[in-house]
Amino acid sequence: MADRIPSGTRDVLPDEMRELRELTERMRAVFDKAAYGEVYTPALEYERTFTRDGATPDASYRLFDGDGNMLVLRADMTVPIARLAGNRYATAELPLRFCYFAHAYRKVRPQRGQSREFLQAGVELIGAPGPEGTAEALTVLSDALEAVGLRRFRIGVGDQALFPELLDQLDVDADARQLLLTELAAGDFVGVEREVRRLKLQGAEAELLLTVPRMRGGAEILDGLTGPLAHAGTGMRALLELLPERVAERVIFDFGLVRDLGYYTAAVFEVYDPAHGLPLGSGGRYDHLLGSFGRELPAVGFALDVERVHIALAAEERERG
Amino acid sequence: MVEFDQSVPLRIAVPRGALFNDTLDLLERVGIDTREVRENDRKLLFRDVGIITMRPSDVPTYVAAGAADIGITGKDVLAEQTERDVHELADLGYGRCTMIVASEAGADPVADALRRLGIVKIATKYPKIATEHFLATGRQAEIVEVKGSVELAPLAGLADAIVDLTATGTTLRENNLIIREEILVCTARLIANPVADRLKASAIDALLAKIADTVEN
Repeated sequence: MADRIPSGTRDVLPDEMRELRELTERMRAVFDKAAYGEVYTPALEYERTFTRDGATPDASYRLFDGDGNMLVLRADMTVPIARLAGNRYATAELPLRFCYFAHAYRKVRPQRGQSREFLQAGVELIGAPGPEGTAEALTVLSDALEAVGLRRFRIGVGDQALFPELLDQLDVDADARQLLLTELAAGDFVGVEREVRRLKLQGAEAELLLTVPRMRGGAEILDGLTGPLAHAGTGMRALLELLPERVAERVIFDFGLVRDLGYYTAAVFEVYDPAHGLPLGSGGRYDHLLGSFGRELPAVGFALDVERVHIALAAEERERG
Repeated sequence: MVEFDQSVPLRIAVPRGALFNDTLDLLERVGIDTREVRENDRKLLFRDVGIITMRPSDVPTYVAAGAADIGITGKDVLAEQTERDVHELADLGYGRCTMIVASEAGADPVADALRRLGIVKIATKYPKIATEHFLATGRQAEIVEVKGSVELAPLAGLADAIVDLTATGTTLRENNLIIREEILVCTARLIANPVADRLKASAIDALLAKIADTVEN
């Protein structure tokens, strides 16, 4: 009988590897041209690196070394690079630009076709505040996907702080706020409506909380925003004005987009392609994570799931014939 | 220039079974021609109207993977498959049932088992909902998953009680079972693939608006 490998892991054979390599080389050329230096960090880190405040993705694989230290397999590359920037670049001139091609490890649910080990390609731009830094990261992201050969991808751009700020302005108490944000992050809009009704707000205020998470589209949704939304609209418009045309036409503004990783603070992104049912990658601003590694710096980054990009590319090419 | 997808009709996952007719009636009211679907018991894919049909518990699987843009299924299915990444867009109101704990009439076997044995045996087709309910209420339970008629389990001595979905309670009564606890009221829900919910936003919003109109009237 054949020796098995753990579910959610796989072997890559030469035909696929050749295609993956070509794809990552194209991304690497884009990152390189934009002055992002490639780094590699250990797959194993001390657990405490991944349990700093700002709740990072849950590391799923823990082990002990010979001295009894708890180690984890990295759950993403953003946290190791934040550590590296804090340790090794404590006095370096800003901004710092890093890119990486590395495997990360997450837990999987059985029989869902999910990967325990997946290859990420991404960049981190450290020390560049929004909107300029955000615009640079989005441009690199879009250029990398174009270089790979995807034609129909779009980039969803949301604001992690938007909905919490709305709830603050309406004086929603902490418990109700947590329930609402949980339903929103889960994409359960029936649950959002149930919790909003429970708040017994005035008609217009309740309507606002129900409408905002469903607002998504092109630049037109930023027109005529007033009241509590005016600030968010101004921020997104400032970002839009900094984007080159080729990137701007890819963007979907999405007021309902929130990411469930604890460290995101402001702009968040997700990459979509009609040829694939799952997002190809994601990212956003994490303006406080670096602080817990010793140097308070604004930062932004994204990670693409290389295998999903490959699947989407193959599907697009099939559709094109 | 970026290519847009808006002209392609939505692909809709429609559940066969108890929700089938109400779902087709709803789709008919929002302007989708469902005659061919009604007339074909065995056909599964109706390309012209963008409908695919399947058992209700498969709807979240197809929608999460993007094999369908949107779908209709029961809240019971969604509560049992919480790990599926789908957007839950609307409560459609029909197909109303209740997830319940039921056991044989007479002294409650659950209370008796917990008092004397410290653990209760529960048979169900919904292991996740049952596990969560007994954990949340602080009782130790051994969940036995069965695929067919759950009502048989307490009668044959496989379990002390069942967790199951009931609409009218007729089957329970016929098997001498009575409802001890209500866990969750379940109705039909409209769900969407998260990627489609962004890339086909206008088509999905238009459909939602039409559905809201028909539900109100």
